[in-house]
Amino acid sequence: MRLDLGAIAKAGTSKANQTGSWRNYKPIFHQVKCIGCGLCKIYCPEGCVTMIEKKKYTVDYTYCKGCGICAEECSSSDIEMIVEEK
Amino acid sequence: MSTTTLTAPKEQSCTLLASGHTACTGCGEALAAKLVLGAAGSDIIVTDATGCLEVFTTRFPQSSWEVPFIHSLFENSAAVASGVEVALKALGRQNEAKVIAQGGDGGTADIGLQALSGMLERGHDILYVCYDNEAYMNTGVQRSGLTPFDCMTTTSPCGELSWGNKHNKKDMPSIAAAHGIPYVATASVAFPKDIENKVKKALSITGPKYMQIHSPCPLGWRSNPQLTIKVAKLAVQTGLYPIFEMENGKVTKVRKVTTPKTPVEEYLKIQGRFAHLFKSPKGKEEIQKIQEIADRNVEKYGLA
Amino acid sequence: MSTTFIEGSIAVAKTVGVCRPHVISAYPITPQTHIVEHLSELVADGEIKAEYVNVESEHSAASVVLGSSATGARTYTATTSQGFLLMIEVLFNIAGMRLPVVMTCVNRAVSAPINIWNDQQDSLTARDSGWIQLYAEDNQEASDMHLQAFKIAENKDIMLPVMVCMDGFVLTHSFDPVELISQEQADKFLPPFKPEYYLTPKNPLTLGTMVGPDGYMETRYFIEKTMHASLQVISDVAADFHNQFGRFQGGLIDTYKVEDATLVLVAMGSIIGTIKDIVDELRAKGQKVGVLKVRSYRPFPKDEIYKALSHVKEIGVVEKAVSLGYGGILVNEIKSVFYGKPKTPKINGFILGLGGRDITADTIHQVIKETVKAASEEKFVGLNEALIGGK
Ligand SMILES: Cc1ncc(C[n+]2csc(CCOP(=O)(O)OP(=O)(O)O)c2C)c(N)n1
Ligand code: SF4
Ligand code: SF4
Ligand code: SF4
Ligand SMILES: [Mg+2]
Repeated sequence: MRLDLGAIAKAGTSKANQTGSWRNYKPIFHQVKCIGCGLCKIYCPEGCVTMIEKKKYTVDYTYCKGCGICAEECSSSDIEMIVEEK
Repeated sequence: MSTTTLTAPKEQSCTLLASGHTACTGCGEALAAKLVLGAAGSDIIVTDATGCLEVFTTRFPQSSWEVPFIHSLFENSAAVASGVEVALKALGRQNEAKVIAQGGDGGTADIGLQALSGMLERGHDILYVCYDNEAYMNTGVQRSGLTPFDCMTTTSPCGELSWGNKHNKKDMPSIAAAHGIPYVATASVAFPKDIENKVKKALSITGPKYMQIHSPCPLGWRSNPQLTIKVAKLAVQTGLYPIFEMENGKVTKVRKVTTPKTPVEEYLKIQGRFAHLFKSPKGKEEIQKIQEIADRNVEKYGLA
Repeated sequence: MSTTFIEGSIAVAKTVGVCRPHVISAYPITPQTHIVEHLSELVADGEIKAEYVNVESEHSAASVVLGSSATGARTYTATTSQGFLLMIEVLFNIAGMRLPVVMTCVNRAVSAPINIWNDQQDSLTARDSGWIQLYAEDNQEASDMHLQAFKIAENKDIMLPVMVCMDGFVLTHSFDPVELISQEQADKFLPPFKPEYYLTPKNPLTLGTMVGPDGYMETRYFIEKTMHASLQVISDVAADFHNQFGRFQGGLIDTYKVEDATLVLVAMGSIIGTIKDIVDELRAKGQKVGVLKVRSYRPFPKDEIYKALSHVKEIGVVEKAVSLGYGGILVNEIKSVFYGKPKTPKINGFILGLGGRDITADTIHQVIKETVKAASEEKFVGLNEALIGGK
């Protein structure tokens, strides 16, 4: 990071920014009916869904903004959006 | 209920667009950029025009880019990328990275069109990606040359004398193709595998390539963030956003629309930017005009 | 050393060539054309190994060299007047991104009305852009200055772009004897460009970030500080050049018969030559006059100018540009040099030569006459009374 040389930033440093605090809704990955299609991970604009094993996906709440795309697109309705308790 | 949800593993999912960016919830442009980078891999150098993508990924001292990235101005992404590409050649480093230029629809089809034309004409080995969210979102949803007909934006409002944007969406892919470049493609965030295939294919071709990705903007389109993919899919299924590939000037592949065809109302009614069309009987006539645009697309590209 | 009788533009192009630029990009505009045409010939003939990018506008020319420079390449562009104005957005960007691009600004008037002849309004509009601006007096200096420019720009403590300004037609299209710089000489003077940061997957950096109120001001401060540091570097590079080539055209400034002068004219660019002739003429008659050349306009060498002129009683500042609604530009900066100092000379400003208006011996004589008079607002010298008369 060099502000003095034209404000150069280091790669991937936005990870310090915990956008999960924006969330009003929260996805719950039930991991019951999951068929492992991976859509939740592919479609997440935050890149915060990960695969634990073939039919088990989870979310990193540090960054999840709670858009609900994963729940909407889940092939087996295995993700539920609930109101975030703050 | 939440008992079965495990906490995320320490190792983050390895996307080349890092988390922590500040795009609005459900941003289609963030998703599109993530998918493009994922398909391209890390041996790339990317440029970007001023716009939402640049702003939500590069607020100093942070950056969401895991690949070398440069932003200069609004209208010069293609020219900066040209400079990057020739420099790699001049320095004998051309095998080090593929060059990808990026811009929003405004940065591409309006203010950046001249620089893009130059880049395409000069034959640089660059993939240009236009993230098409159909307005100047970064400055507050003003109309661009890629804003669709009758769409309401902050500079094409509806009113007594107006149904919103008076003009048709500029046919940017044909403009790009008219430069005689080897590869032009449209895509949509609704179809990630298609984006991946097209980015990979484009990068395997030497010379200038143009790709335009339909990227819903929940803020500007006044759509539910949760419906970003639904909205994008409907645009394709109705024929309003034709998905195709053009190789050496000829359409070589299209994504068919649904049969029976999905009426454009399905697409329009879930977006606030078209809500005015549903408020009066006269709006029906306008919707009919939009249906005709879709029908013409189906005809033109053979989408049925 | 042997001299070649050569057109100014060609001499400059040849010097740029021996600087081994990796990327050259430009868009044609009179009177810059001969420089870039000759460079494209040098590339076409394989005499220099560079990529020459023919772009569709000056905005893109500057953007191409911006991208190339950020990728680690040594880059060059040239323009003038309207092209310069079209480039200006990118010029600020190049400086802000700390990219050591070198460009020639062939000085020409700005439209409207359209006018292809020389004055210095174009480069002066970018006075505050963060570019180092050097002004050449003659074609020898213009040629030599380009080699110095790359060395100044790429100094790792500077990393700012450098603009070499040379008067359009007056210099670019005139044939003069010039000592050209050979490849070996250039290589000896100018080390290869090795930037600390550049675009590469080996170290993926993000360039051109958005900086908010929490850091933007510091970016300006850093450039301002570097501009000050560059004062020394510009002098040092001129001294190095003197050592190697035996030629010295001044560092930050140059003076001619100023040491014992009571009246000094201050100017930039090719007009210096004309003034020198008049100085000689008046000296022969026993008048103690001299001339000070501002060679580095940005950074502005306040201390050097003060040191050179502190004994002088009357100063006339001669300039080929105008700040409409204010008057002279350089004259006010020269006045500010003396602000708060114990002795303030009388300073008069003169605007002349706009849009290629002839500057003759008479013009300079008139300036000197006016310099002696009481200090007043800047005056336009050489106006055609018939055109402005009465109504
Ligand atoms: C020369 C110039 N004019 C205007 C602007 C203001 N501006 C910045 S981003 C932008 C709109 C970007 O729209 P688009 O390219 O569609 O990208 P989006 O934000 O929608 O992703 C505008 C008008 C600018 N930065 N530079
Ligand atoms: S709610 Fe949105 S941000 Fe959160 S995991 Fe699902 S798709 Fe990602
Ligand atoms: S979208 Fe649903 S079914 Fe598919 S992987 Fe994610 S949780 Fe499993
Ligand atoms: S305004 Fe639209 S494009 Fe911009 S970040 Fe928000 S959702 Fe994305
Ligand atoms: Mg846009």
